[in-house]
Amino acid sequence: MEEKRHTLSVLVENTPGALARIAGLFSGRGFNIDSLCVAETLDPTLSHLTLVTHGDEQIIEQIIKQLRRLIDVYKVVNVTEEKEYVEREMALIKVRAEKEHREEIFRICEIFRCKIVDVSPKNYILEVTGDKEKLEAVIELLKPIGIKEIARTGIIAMKREKKTS
Amino acid sequence: MTGAKILVEILKREGVEVIFGYPGGAVIDIYDELYKTPEIKHVLVRHEQGAAHAADGYARSTGKVGVALVTSGPGSTNTVTGIATAYMDSIPIIVLTGQVPTKLIGNDAFQEVDITGITRPITKHNFLIKSIESLPKILKSAFYIAKTGRPGPVLIDIPKDIQQAKGEFYYPEQIQLRSYNPIYEPHIKQVEKAYTLLEEAERPVLLLGGGVINSGASEEATKLAELLNLPVTMTLMGLGSFPGDHEQSLGMLGMHGTYYANMAIAHCDVLLAVGARFDDRVTGKVDAFAPGAKIIHIDIDPSSIQKNVKVHIPIVGDCKRTLTRLLEITKNVGKPKKYWKERFKEWWEQIEIWKKRYPLSYKNDPNYIKPQFVIEKLYELTKGKAIIATEVGQNQMWTAQYYKFKYPRTLITSGGLGTMGFGFPASIGAQIGNPDKLVIDIAGDGSIQMNIQELATAMEQKLPIKIVILNNGYLGMVRQWQELFYGKRYSYVKFHVLPDFVKLAEAYGAVGMKINKPQEVEPALKKMLEMNTLVILDIHIAPEEDVFPMVPAGKATTEMILV
Repeated sequence: MEEKRHTLSVLVENTPGALARIAGLFSGRGFNIDSLCVAETLDPTLSHLTLVTHGDEQIIEQIIKQLRRLIDVYKVVNVTEEKEYVEREMALIKVRAEKEHREEIFRICEIFRCKIVDVSPKNYILEVTGDKEKLEAVIELLKPIGIKEIARTGIIAMKREKKTS
Repeated sequence: MTGAKILVEILKREGVEVIFGYPGGAVIDIYDELYKTPEIKHVLVRHEQGAAHAADGYARSTGKVGVALVTSGPGSTNTVTGIATAYMDSIPIIVLTGQVPTKLIGNDAFQEVDITGITRPITKHNFLIKSIESLPKILKSAFYIAKTGRPGPVLIDIPKDIQQAKGEFYYPEQIQLRSYNPIYEPHIKQVEKAYTLLEEAERPVLLLGGGVINSGASEEATKLAELLNLPVTMTLMGLGSFPGDHEQSLGMLGMHGTYYANMAIAHCDVLLAVGARFDDRVTGKVDAFAPGAKIIHIDIDPSSIQKNVKVHIPIVGDCKRTLTRLLEITKNVGKPKKYWKERFKEWWEQIEIWKKRYPLSYKNDPNYIKPQFVIEKLYELTKGKAIIATEVGQNQMWTAQYYKFKYPRTLITSGGLGTMGFGFPASIGAQIGNPDKLVIDIAGDGSIQMNIQELATAMEQKLPIKIVILNNGYLGMVRQWQELFYGKRYSYVKFHVLPDFVKLAEAYGAVGMKINKPQEVEPALKKMLEMNTLVILDIHIAPEEDVFPMVPAGKATTEMILV
């Protein structure tokens, strides 16, 4: 069976150990976590977790079932199955910004709509938001200039509502 | 009210009659409350592993939630094997562990261990109590979680300062957890589809697992099997859910299952699996398992379905309710018993041929006691009415094959985890829960030594448990694998020193007997059964007897090694 990347949106009780339970489930059962992003929701008793994983159909089904089996897990949605959804990730990239490279950096920023959020004599910090492919494209272009550090948020996702009512 | 008092009060309201435990510094406050609470019986074990297994044996044999109470640190880690055993077999137990005071957590304090962290993957759920206010709700939730849905162990870690803190007592009569809603009622459309498939079947098989026993669905399963004239096979955990002496019973399937059960599975066209999870010991090579069958799978745990085998009609629901619906549909359609008898006549003829070709059998030997003979005799003498606990290995498989379990909750065995040392402490729990029943632990000379210290517990409680040791001086099952698959290289499976089990029994104030001739078996068993005290019967059996049939690991279940 074909392996595919899936983005799961998981609502969990905001209790101690809930995240450890989920992480433990993945390691204990040999599933993969490609990225994981946790944040609070409007309801302070629930946390929202966006998890990217991959596997064939049967494995994804098992992952979702095993997640739902956890007492602390309130809801699991396979966003990828929803077809119409928005996915975003943000990265902070610290890049060497010697005089001769600044023009190039500005150009890349313009093309990819990055923001320069910190400037020091020899380095810039760029903020870039987009899907995984866009982030990777920016990183590839900046590599020859010299990336000193990258911090990525991991993917967050949301289902689109129907365009017609 | 103190936390300790609140705890004990809630245990009473939850109907807890007995606690299996071992005191320690982090639970002294709870023990102080138990001292003042004669309504709850406390069984003092000799090792915390024994407490967990005893709670488990109590739960398996009674259907109630078993409770163990231990201290922090090593007290709690000693229960880990017991918790994992209960988890793998979906047994509802509550393990209460003491913990160092809240302020010391994370400081590597004396007897501190992160037991909720350690037991996360082997509990259905666990809790670390952080405030006295949350104690009642958590306790109520723990019992609710342990016994509903697919049952399982729940651990509650209670810091010492919470036990001492003062709080308001309340007892929530009802509890609702928004993130935990087990599905009991099956989707009726799915049940209808299942019926239709059974109606179209020519060679159906009914496969019963531990879920049937957990949900109390034996009666429904038996009714359905009898009405539809279905051949019935059971997993190890399912034994007793359908009478083993019934003419429609094919016995156990899988690695050490009967030839005819495995053949029936291999040739069936519809497999109705109820509360079974298709463990590798059942399926053998998955691709060759029931290759021509459409599978109907009833299970309360959605994650069990489609996990190991591809299922055509998944039904998420409680086994009892689902089988009840299926019976209703069958009765509404109204095909008479005679119809089904006729319908599967040819199929039954085929099964009878398999049954005759390779019945369960062994060769008697005038010089050696055969373990199979012992179990057969024991079955005869107890009329299948005893509660039988087993250890793990050959003793367990011979028991599963030759004791024709007639009633649910009469086989107490570690199926999933395969825990040696389980049987004896579990039989303590079973005897406490069933004071009027005959409880027998069938052990090997290896397993019995793993929790032998519990002899003191059993004697202290005056439990007339019977321990039958099938003593071959080997770790028999491993020796069997070494014989069959490792060129008879018996690597460290021979015990060169074994205790004198007769003297050992006597040292604890119990009765010990030892036999080694076939003609001694029946009289010795009779004598043992007549005694109203704990007896160890040390039976020296043929040292290199194997368990057959056997499906080599990873092979198709039709590739059996027969006698």
